[in-house]
Amino acid sequence: MEKFTTHTGVGVPLRRSNVDTDQIIPAVYLKRVTRTGFEDALFAAWRGDPAFVLNQPAYTSGSVLVAGPDFGTGSSREHAVWALKDYGFKVVLASRFADIFRGNSGKQGLVAGIVAQEDIELLWKVLETKPGTEVTVDLVERTATADDVVVRFQIDDYTRWRLMEGLDDIGLTLQHEEDITAFEQTRASWRPRTLPAKHLPTVEIEAARPSA
Amino acid sequence: MAGTLAEKVWDAHLVRRGTDGSPDLLYIDLHLIHEVTSPQAFEGLRLAGRQVRRPDLTIATEDHNTPTLDIDLPIADLTSRTQIDTLRNNAKEFGVRIHSLGDADQGIVHQVGPQLGLTMPGLTVVCGDSHTSTHGAFGALAFGIGTSEVEHVLATQTLPLAPFKTMAITVNGELPPGATSKDIILAIIAKIGTGGGQGYVLEYRGEAIRKLTMEARMTVCNMSIEAGARAGMIAPDETTFEYLKGRPHAPEGADWDAAVEYWKTLKTDDDATFDEEVVLEAADLEPFITWGTNPGQGLPLSANVPVPAEIADENERVAAERAIEYMGLTPGAPLRHIAIDTVFIGSCTNGRIEDLRSVAKVVQGKKKADSLRVLVVPASARVRLQAEAEGLDQIFLDFGAEWRNAGCSMCLGMNPDQLAPGERSASTSNRNFEGRQGKGGRTHLVSPLVAAATAIRGTLSSLADLDLPADVDITSFDGTPLAPLDPRVPLQV
Repeated sequence: MEKFTTHTGVGVPLRRSNVDTDQIIPAVYLKRVTRTGFEDALFAAWRGDPAFVLNQPAYTSGSVLVAGPDFGTGSSREHAVWALKDYGFKVVLASRFADIFRGNSGKQGLVAGIVAQEDIELLWKVLETKPGTEVTVDLVERTATADDVVVRFQIDDYTRWRLMEGLDDIGLTLQHEEDITAFEQTRASWRPRTLPAKHLPTVEIEAARPSA
Repeated sequence: MAGTLAEKVWDAHLVRRGTDGSPDLLYIDLHLIHEVTSPQAFEGLRLAGRQVRRPDLTIATEDHNTPTLDIDLPIADLTSRTQIDTLRNNAKEFGVRIHSLGDADQGIVHQVGPQLGLTMPGLTVVCGDSHTSTHGAFGALAFGIGTSEVEHVLATQTLPLAPFKTMAITVNGELPPGATSKDIILAIIAKIGTGGGQGYVLEYRGEAIRKLTMEARMTVCNMSIEAGARAGMIAPDETTFEYLKGRPHAPEGADWDAAVEYWKTLKTDDDATFDEEVVLEAADLEPFITWGTNPGQGLPLSANVPVPAEIADENERVAAERAIEYMGLTPGAPLRHIAIDTVFIGSCTNGRIEDLRSVAKVVQGKKKADSLRVLVVPASARVRLQAEAEGLDQIFLDFGAEWRNAGCSMCLGMNPDQLAPGERSASTSNRNFEGRQGKGGRTHLVSPLVAAATAIRGTLSSLADLDLPADVDITSFDGTPLAPLDPRVPLQV
C-alpha cells in the first residue's frame, strides 16, 4: 500500500445521503475476478445522466469526494472501494460512514474522513460555486482545505497510522503468529470444524425449467 | 465483571488485546465463503505465497450468481460462469470444502451454515457478505467483512477489530396476528434509521423475541445491517438448542453436554449496561412495508405514502422526494393501493422452510392475481427438498407461481432473475435500494405473509384483506417451528 500523507485534487460535491454500495457499484459489475478495472462501474446507474456531477467537465477529474451522510451503507462489497480508487478518488469525506465501507477503505488506502455535516455544507458551497476547486487533504493534521475553508476530519488513530506508513494488515497480524497458535491450543472440542464434512444423505436436485 | 452477550463472546476470542489504540486481534471460529467476494482474496494469497491457515474452519458455497433455472446446464452468462469456476478452482487448490450448484447442500451461505449445524452459540462467524449478521440469531458474534478481510481470515484465521458499542433492542409483549419477525425488524429500522446502528452490536431481547422460532430470529438478525449495525445477536435458549440438536455438525455426547452448559452462560448479565437502549411494544406492530429506496423508509401498510412537504428535516425531505420520484408514487396515496408486478419470495431474509410454509398456508387452493408474476426461490437446495417432501411446491405451482432452484436470485439480481426498468416488486428480501433488483426496478420490502396476500390481490395487502378461515395457523409464536403441512414428513432443515 502506498503511504499517504497529503493529497491535493479536484473536489466533487455529491449532495446525496444514504449513498449505498449498490449505487457506488451495482451488483452486475461484481462478477469480475480481478482487483482492478472497476472505474467504468463507479456510480454506473447515475453516470448515464448528463446532469450527474461526474459528467460535468469541471468535476470529471475529481479525486476528493464530498458526500452526504451515511455513505457506503448496505452490501459489504469491497468493489465499492476499488471502483472509487480505480476512478481516481483518494479521499471521501462525509459526516457518517457505514462501518464496513469505512473498514474496507482503510484496507485499500482510501481515506474516509468524518467531517461535521455543517462543514460538509461549507465544502459543498465552495465546490459548487467554483467548480474545479482543489481540496487539500492533510492526514497528518487531519484537515481538508478548499479555498479559504479549512475543516477538520476524524479518522481513527490506528487506521491513520497504517495509511501514513502504508502497512499491510496481514503482515502485521502474522507478527503475532505464536499468539494465534497458542490460542488454537485452547479451543474447546465442541467448536465446529467443517472438515471432515458431515451432512444429510446426498439427494439428486432436479433442475427447475423456465415455465412455458 | 458483568458483561453483555456480545462482550462475552468477544472476550472468549481475544488472541491479543490491542494496546495504544491498536485493535484487538480476534480468533474466527467459522469462515463462510461464496463466489463474489472471494476471488481477489485467494489471488492475494497466491501472490503472497500464503496458504489457507484453517481449511477445517472454512466452507464455501455458490449462491449470489447462480441461476435458479436449468442448473444442470452450463451457466449462460460467461462472467458468472467464470466467477463460479474460479471459486471451484480456488476451493480445490486450497483444500476448502465447497457445496456447488446441484449439490443438496448448496444454497445461500446464511442458510447453509445453520442447516448443517455449523452455526452455533458463542462462535465468531464471518463472511464476505453483510447479511452474515443472520447467524447472530444463535448467539454467535457474526458480521460481514470486505474482501481484504476475507484474505486476512484465510491467511491468519483472525481479524484485527476495534471494539463495538452495544445496543439493547427490547421488544415487549406479543405480536398481534398477521405480524411477523419481518415486521419487527422493519419497524426497528424505521425507528432508528439506516445509520442508527453504526458502530453497534445490537442485542434483541424481550418476550416477543424469545417467542420467535430460530428461523424468525434469523430474519430479525439478518437485517441488523440495514440499521447500520455490524451484527445483531439473540441470547441462546432452549429454542436454539432444540434447533441445533442432531444436525450434522452439532456436537455429540459429552461435547454436546459441555457445549450446552457453556451456551447457557451466554446471556447478558442482569447488572451489565448497554451503551444504548431502544424499546418497542410488539402489540403496536402491524404488517410493515417500505415505500422508499432505503430500508429505513418504511411504514405500516395501513399508512399513506409520505408527503415530503410535511417533513421538517431537510435531508430527509430531499431523500423522500427523490425516493418517491424513483418509486413512481403519489404523495398521500394509500400504500394499499399500490399495484405490484412481481412478488419475490426468497433470500437469506425469508427463504427458509417456515417462510415457505406460511406462504403455502395462505395461498393454498387459490390463484394468483393475473396482473403479476410470483417467484418462489428456496434459500437452499435442502429447503427445496424439504418443501417438495411436504408438497409445498405443488401448492405454489397450482397457485400460478414459479418454483425455482436455490440461491440469492432476485434479492440482488446478479443472476437472470431481475426486475425490468419501472417494474415494481413486493419482495421478502432485505434491500430496496435503487436498481437493487434490476436497473430501474422498484422494490417494496414485505413479510412473507404480506407477499402472499399481495400475490392473491395484486396490490399491497395483508392477511386482514383476505377471507381466511379463522383457524388457519399461519405463524408460530411459541418458539416451536411451524409444523409441516404434511405431518408425516420429518423436519430436516
